Amino acid sequence: MKEFKNFTMNFGPQHPAAHGVLRLVLQMDGEVIKDADPHIGLLHRATEKLAESKPYNQSIGYMDRLDYVSMMCNEHAYVLAIEKLLNIDIPDRAKYIRVMFDEITRILNHLLWLGAHALDIGAMSVFLYSFREREDLMDSYEAVSGTRMHATYYRPGGVFRDLPESMPKYEKSIIKNKDELKDLNYNREGTLLDFLEDFVSRFPECINEYENLLTDNRIWKQRTVGIGVVNPERALELGFTGPMLRGSGIPWDLRKKQPYEVYNKLKFDIPIGKTGDSYDRYLVRIEELRQSNKIIKQCIDWLKNNPGPIMINDAKVATPNRENMKEDMESLIHHFKIFTEGYCIPEGETYTAIEAPKGEFGIYLISDGANKPYRLKIRAPGFPHLSALNEMCKNHMLSDVVTIIGTQDIVFGEIDR
Amino acid sequence: MINKISTIFKSLFLLEILKGLSVTGKKLFKKPITVQYPDEKTPQSARFRGLHALRRYPNGEERCIGCKLCEAVCPALAISIDTEMRTDGTRRTTKYDIDLFKCVYCGFCEEACPVDAIVETKIFEFHFENRNEKIVNKFDLLKIGDIYEQEELKDRKNLG
Repeated sequence: MKEFKNFTMNFGPQHPAAHGVLRLVLQMDGEVIKDADPHIGLLHRATEKLAESKPYNQSIGYMDRLDYVSMMCNEHAYVLAIEKLLNIDIPDRAKYIRVMFDEITRILNHLLWLGAHALDIGAMSVFLYSFREREDLMDSYEAVSGTRMHATYYRPGGVFRDLPESMPKYEKSIIKNKDELKDLNYNREGTLLDFLEDFVSRFPECINEYENLLTDNRIWKQRTVGIGVVNPERALELGFTGPMLRGSGIPWDLRKKQPYEVYNKLKFDIPIGKTGDSYDRYLVRIEELRQSNKIIKQCIDWLKNNPGPIMINDAKVATPNRENMKEDMESLIHHFKIFTEGYCIPEGETYTAIEAPKGEFGIYLISDGANKPYRLKIRAPGFPHLSALNEMCKNHMLSDVVTIIGTQDIVFGEIDR
Repeated sequence: MINKISTIFKSLFLLEILKGLSVTGKKLFKKPITVQYPDEKTPQSARFRGLHALRRYPNGEERCIGCKLCEAVCPALAISIDTEMRTDGTRRTTKYDIDLFKCVYCGFCEEACPVDAIVETKIFEFHFENRNEKIVNKFDLLKIGDIYEQEELKDRKNLG
């Protein structure tokens, strides 16, 4: 009988476990992967090129859409790069607001990752529970910026608006009576900070729930322990960052190593893994949820006691106060100037990176002195991770590909850009 | 030795599975958190950025003066405007089109408008039946503005 040689199989681009539009061409020997070849570019939107044709501020909204599950972190890297080239310092309150929303974003991202990863592997409930908590954080996104996802909230020089004084409430409907409404609205009576404070007090218990469902579960362990092992040296060589690198046991986190904003004033720990397999990366991310929760708590306490400006007082970069704009001729001129021409950035280049939930998200910005970037390069953390997919998948079973794609926390918005 | 026995005991009696089942089991007796959508809705922030509208002054005069700041600032190039001098010497738009397929709902137009004419309302449930309806013109936008003016005023007070 003739022996079968390796056999080629397409995984995606429409596979539900492919997290978007990943197309993998797999060389299979029976059920065993011999070679995995990722094909990317199906979600290419030319963000880098688009940014070259717009004044700086107009690209903020496009940064949200790169890694569309950690929106404000992408914005953060972009506005930080601009601020670095402009050489401006922003008010403390804006820094704390940014850090708080970065950590909210990290929780949002890890919750989506946790839910989707567990769902891929076969645990349905975690997905539902993690989306329950995401809903509260999405509400705080909406309260502050007006949208649940694509916030466009950070601006060079600060943030767009201060935190709201009130939270929107559930309204009367034919389904809910007065008492039920009261239960629903119990945490919406105060400000956004009260709402978040209630959330951070509830959240550790929710993490325990996820852990009860997964951490010791034998099926979960059988699917993740020893799958996709990357040793520390190799992880460094492959350019891993974020939880992928920390899962391999290297304590590298930009929030500690080169603190930006106010991270050096906050207390938190960097969890690291031991073996560098999918299970360790899961544990690292779960611990990061707890640490982010701790950071948010510290930010809330600071923000409650320290009102102040949230935007620099420099009409060349930031929009003037709206009341002033209507009364004062000079402000009106600045207003028109910023919304048409924008501002020019002195000649120079910068690479600014932040610790996004997925790893090091960097913006390399070259300015030739004009009001739009000469070149904008985005360093997406998912890209090096995906490049290592072949190495991580080799000699694993077909079902483990799903685990490995999941553990890499891939989002195609940033990889294809 | 004790460790080994406890491991065998744990795996034999499916303890960790039971721990997980207790989490889901408890939820059986909790109130569902599902929102029955068309009958009840989730809270919406006063800053919400939904469908656009053009506002008028209380005396019925349209606010938009055709300065084209929104057209200039729109990152998606979704707005196109033509203007004309009216007989009373003021400038008003003759065409104000927004392409809702291009719009990314970033809110820059609202932020840029010096006379608070273009706003993004809280309307998020809208649909088209023909492809060409994606372009909303000045007449439609003013109509939306007339209908939602009271809500808009309320939201503007609650922005802070």
